[in-house]
Amino acid sequence: MARIELDNITKAWGDVVAVEPTDLTIDDGEFVAILGPSGCGKSTTLFMLAGIYAPTGGEMKFDGHVVNEVEAKDRNVGIVFQSYALYPHMTVRENILFPLKFKDIPAGRAPEMVEETARLVQVEEFLERRPSQLSGGQQQRVALARALVKSPQLLLLDEPLSNLDATLRLSMRTEIRALQRRTGVTTILVTHDQIEATTMADRIICMSRGRVEQIGAPEDLYRRPNSLFVASFIGAPPINTLSGNATGNAVSLGDSVLALLGEARGVVTVGLRPEHLQFADQGLPGRIDGIEPMGREILYLVKTPLGDLRVLEAGSVPRRSAEQEVRLHFAPEDTLVFDGASEDRLPDVHAALAEETKKRA
Amino acid sequence: MANFALFLGPALVLLALFFVFPVIVDIAIAFTDMGQTLQVKEFTTKNFERMLGGDRRLSMALGLTFIYVLGTLAIFNVTFGLVLALTTTAIPDRVGSFFRAVWLLPRMSPSVVYALLWAWVVDPTERGLLNQFINGAFGFEVYDMMNDHPMMLIILANGFIGASMGMIIFTSAIRSIPEHLFFAARADGAGGLHIVWHVILPAIRWPLSFITVYQTLSLLVSFEYIWLITNGGPFFDTTVYALYVYQRAFEHGQYAYGAALALVLVVIGIAAALLMWRFMDMKRLLQQPRIEVQ
Repeated sequence: MARIELDNITKAWGDVVAVEPTDLTIDDGEFVAILGPSGCGKSTTLFMLAGIYAPTGGEMKFDGHVVNEVEAKDRNVGIVFQSYALYPHMTVRENILFPLKFKDIPAGRAPEMVEETARLVQVEEFLERRPSQLSGGQQQRVALARALVKSPQLLLLDEPLSNLDATLRLSMRTEIRALQRRTGVTTILVTHDQIEATTMADRIICMSRGRVEQIGAPEDLYRRPNSLFVASFIGAPPINTLSGNATGNAVSLGDSVLALLGEARGVVTVGLRPEHLQFADQGLPGRIDGIEPMGREILYLVKTPLGDLRVLEAGSVPRRSAEQEVRLHFAPEDTLVFDGASEDRLPDVHAALAEETKKRA
Repeated sequence: MANFALFLGPALVLLALFFVFPVIVDIAIAFTDMGQTLQVKEFTTKNFERMLGGDRRLSMALGLTFIYVLGTLAIFNVTFGLVLALTTTAIPDRVGSFFRAVWLLPRMSPSVVYALLWAWVVDPTERGLLNQFINGAFGFEVYDMMNDHPMMLIILANGFIGASMGMIIFTSAIRSIPEHLFFAARADGAGGLHIVWHVILPAIRWPLSFITVYQTLSLLVSFEYIWLITNGGPFFDTTVYALYVYQRAFEHGQYAYGAALALVLVVIGIAAALLMWRFMDMKRLLQQPRIEVQ
């Protein structure tokens, strides 16, 4: 187990900067997710931690020791790849045993360790099979066992669930989290899937274009995103964003105006999450333009004077029909307002329906 | 039917003309007494009796061929080719490509030029490249490889060319191993040699077997560099089987005996290929690979 510190770490290939100078601290035993779209530098960061890529600058510390120059094979890091990367010519047993060959294990202990780890991830009945004779989920477990068998001080998971089908992904999510709790190993998960990140991780590091956008607990990123990027990336269906010109305590959006609590000037973007918009007797007028049942919720597309909005309503049967005239209500404290230029959130500013919009009921 | 003739026709004609027909002619001549006059007086099996009976040079040629093929194959065409592929893929790509290009140069140069270069390299006076080091730089006696170790010379000369074929095939095979497998092995604690042994070699078993079989066959029948560099000498010390066939048929005009010898060489080649096929379990290696999920 280890406490991981990144101090001004950066990685560039020639002129292309993959990871801009980044500071990070990950506590011993923590489960952290690095979340971001493809090409944001999350896998590069992971490979630097594994020792596969050498950082261009900065310092990387495991438990206070600088490991920049330590080779991958000496870092005692377990890693699970998206493609599993099992050795195709070895049986499951040989695959799991492989990392132990390079460690000082007391004679006769290694086979036991393999069996123990196989039991932990429930692949003990496949030990004599080859990877090609296993399903995706079983290969995934073997990859986990191979990463865990040597009791690594750090476990790295690179998009481990993206090759699994939806149901399996759900159960593996829970299993990996439980496994991490049981072993207590410091774990870093790289994913582009926000649900994976929010369900599994204690903390999420949200990255975009080589930069860390925000670090925080899942609910922080959801409720108090630092930037428009984080707000748009976290939450499904995605947040409604409306851009307009702010003049002190009001912002004109589309054909209408919203009041601002707090003060902002210039171009701002107002974010309204679909789940924070409710149908009401009075409020913002609109007309339903589309209905998308999502199982336990219905997503309505509503045309309003502010612009088109996605509205989420609980229930499995639509209670409203297309073309129906509706009114929408939202609580000002649920709104997010971002500066138009920097895309940073203005923490003390919220949006509310203007008095005259309410009165038009 | 018309399409069939159009598409397959040219290939079939070429195949018949340059492969099937010569084989039939060879078999036919092997059972005659055709000599320098190209006249056939009788059909006979005495060529084969001669091979089994009293041709002492034939058994010597067989022994030399065995040493030559095995030596070139084991030292250069497979082992050194593999070493070149491993080293040139381990270093930065541009440098690696440069070295591979250098090792391809002999294959690109005309064989006569290449043979002349070797003749100069092993020239038994102080002017020879090798002797400029041995004699000029280190003061040892002038070394005459052509006379003292002629077999070593033809193995070296053929090996320096032969290694590039394996190098190219192995390089592309190593390149096609998924990158993550190397990453995984490094994270698992494997060092460079462990990665070669546990990841690379198992992944390139098929090309390894292929190069071994293919190069065995091509070494069995090739003699142009030997002919150009030593011409089978000194005495008959480098007269390998294929060269012996050539000498018998075209230098001594014993066409029928040459044809019989060639026929036996074909049989030896087929037997060797089939044996290795079985031994290396190539049928299993040929099985359709499963599609890799990336």
